[in-house]
Amino acid sequence: MTARVAYVNARLLDPATGLDQRGALLTEGARIADFGPSLFGDGVPEGIEVVDLGGAALAPGLVDMRVLIGEPGEEEKDTIKSASRAAVAGGITAMVLLPNTDPVLDEVAGLEFIARRAREVKLVKVFAYAAATQGARGDEITEMGLLARAGAVAFTDGTRAIASAKTMRRALSYARTFDKLIVQHPEEPSLASGGMMNSGEIATRLGLVGIPREAEIIMIERDLRLLELSGGRLHFAHVTTSESVELIRRAKARGLRVTCDTAPHYFALTETDVGDYRTFAKVSPPLRGEMDRRAIVEGLADGTIDAIASDHVPQDQDQKRLPFGQAAFGVIGLETLFPLTLELVHKGKLSLLDALACVTVKPARILDLPLGRIAKGAPADLVAFDPEVPWRVDVDRFRSKSKNSPFENRPVQGRPLRTVVDGRTVWQHEG
Amino acid sequence: MSAIPSHDQLFPHRHLLGIEGLRAGEITQILDLADSYVDQNRQPVKKSSLLAGRTQVNLFFENSTRTRTSFELAGKRLGADVINMSSDGSSVKKGETLIDTAMTLNAMHLDALVVRHAESGAVKLLADKVNCSVINAGDGHHEHPTQALLDALAIRRRLGRLDGLIVAICGDILHSRVARSNIHLLNAMGARVRCVAPPTLLPSQIERLGVEVHHSMKTGLKDADVVMMLRLQTERMSGQYVPSTREYFYFYGLDYEKLEVAKPDAVIMHPGPMNRGVEIDSEVADDLKRSMILDQVELGVAVRMAVLDLLTRDRRGTNA
Repeated sequence: MTARVAYVNARLLDPATGLDQRGALLTEGARIADFGPSLFGDGVPEGIEVVDLGGAALAPGLVDMRVLIGEPGEEEKDTIKSASRAAVAGGITAMVLLPNTDPVLDEVAGLEFIARRAREVKLVKVFAYAAATQGARGDEITEMGLLARAGAVAFTDGTRAIASAKTMRRALSYARTFDKLIVQHPEEPSLASGGMMNSGEIATRLGLVGIPREAEIIMIERDLRLLELSGGRLHFAHVTTSESVELIRRAKARGLRVTCDTAPHYFALTETDVGDYRTFAKVSPPLRGEMDRRAIVEGLADGTIDAIASDHVPQDQDQKRLPFGQAAFGVIGLETLFPLTLELVHKGKLSLLDALACVTVKPARILDLPLGRIAKGAPADLVAFDPEVPWRVDVDRFRSKSKNSPFENRPVQGRPLRTVVDGRTVWQHEG
Repeated sequence: MSAIPSHDQLFPHRHLLGIEGLRAGEITQILDLADSYVDQNRQPVKKSSLLAGRTQVNLFFENSTRTRTSFELAGKRLGADVINMSSDGSSVKKGETLIDTAMTLNAMHLDALVVRHAESGAVKLLADKVNCSVINAGDGHHEHPTQALLDALAIRRRLGRLDGLIVAICGDILHSRVARSNIHLLNAMGARVRCVAPPTLLPSQIERLGVEVHHSMKTGLKDADVVMMLRLQTERMSGQYVPSTREYFYFYGLDYEKLEVAKPDAVIMHPGPMNRGVEIDSEVADDLKRSMILDQVELGVAVRMAVLDLLTRDRRGTNA
């Protein structure tokens, strides 16, 4: 008989429908069988396992649409196993991997390897992007049709921009055949080359080579033109400037099929967090100034920015304990995505449901994944959480193999208590 | 000339990583003490035993004969044991990081570590990991504090003050740690600083460091008391930042014609080594009445002695 679990005494939250009610939810196997305020009003029948959530919130599990791990090629940074453990501890039930591994995920075999490893680990749901161009070198497009059949959720060169306008036009145009999305890392590489942090007064004082905001803005302007020219669907990863938000806002108003996301560090930190050469604050694109940070929050609030992704880029100590110019870009984010997203709620910038939408149903919709909502028959991917409990980020307790977080010791509010994937409890908060 | 300062005054910083963050009084303290070392250096017997038994290591990850020799002389004249270590990157190639290097040096119980590195912030990274005093001898495009101090000492000795002077810093400011340190120092001491360069050689928002920006030598040098020329790196001349040395010299090279708009007694400085005929005309560079280039070299040793003395005082005890 299929296992049935009743989650009772819960605050049910579904950003897709606006549901926010006390009630119960029943899972049957890997699916949600039923839910609602009056479910089990007369008590839970025998034979059903009961989980009393004690008034905690119950929402769809998080869908993290931008995660880089080191497997294959750099397993010392993070593996599918370590990243999966970090993800479920962070309330994430599905993560989408970038193709910038070694080798690059540009062939069917690479996607099959990821799928096999994910099945073996069997914690979080693992999806993968395939590279948009062979070797993510930006020249020739990949076998998008075959890759899509093998499970690629969309196409992107990941941490690299598709720099050539001609290649970008072809990628957008060809991906249309399969109605697949192209995800761009918007940064004009020749303008950003050699850069280490945001261009401006702080970079000048520190003697660090700056990356101008225009590197991002120019690329977004160009790609929007190419989108108009080619059709297709385009998504900009981690936007960071006020102009980027404004350009995308206007493009959406014109009816272009464009979406975008940002990452917590772009709304929770600024370039001042580089401080005295803190390499943990070295990210690509770089942390910007306060006005840009506010524009990102504004873009999330009015829905111009669709999603929040962790932009998890693990780097081991050898890559970060270096002079700033030599240190690698990237921060880990799987276990801080949820509390930092909730920060927007606690600061009164977003409602709880709107914030949850940015990490559940909206990224799922962008990627055509049937996830991120509470509905009868939907996958039983859930997170139970306490939105209020205060705690302090303690990187030493994180499951990721790498510890490169600029949020160490940050006081945050709200934490996952239990993560359920396909009806199975895969993680529970201890003590 | 200032009176010779008391030798028991403590300096409130453990390291000298940059000029930014130093107060005017602290800068004056270094300059005053350096003045007394200038006199000592001009004696037939130049050596004292102030740092006898102390160990100073000059760790240069980037070549620099001039700065390294100046620090070496400074240490030796104060009686310290001075070791020069240069890194051709061999230990780095073997996988040793800067932090490993710091740990190794720490185990040798140094008193002072003088570091030059091609990366901005690298000296700070080392300073955070070692127990001795660290002196920045130039890190990337960030700071070169002793150069700014010796420039200030040269100006003060020649013109009697820093306050209220107009100082034009000309040339490759984008890549210059000397320019950044000088901007911080001259601002702290009340001078008016101008940066004169083509826009391609100016860092973003440099005016927010409290300087006037000029793209023309004519306006930039007008009524200047001091003209500080910077070295143009040869690799910047291949059409990347400026189209050619010929064009650069025509618009930004210092010659008598451009100097005409400055004050009649304006002095000329250069941190060396000079590219004659690129950023400076030989005739001007060798004009002993105007050029302070050799004074700068002489005073460099005295300034570095003062810095070594001040930074090691707390561990020597005030009676040393």
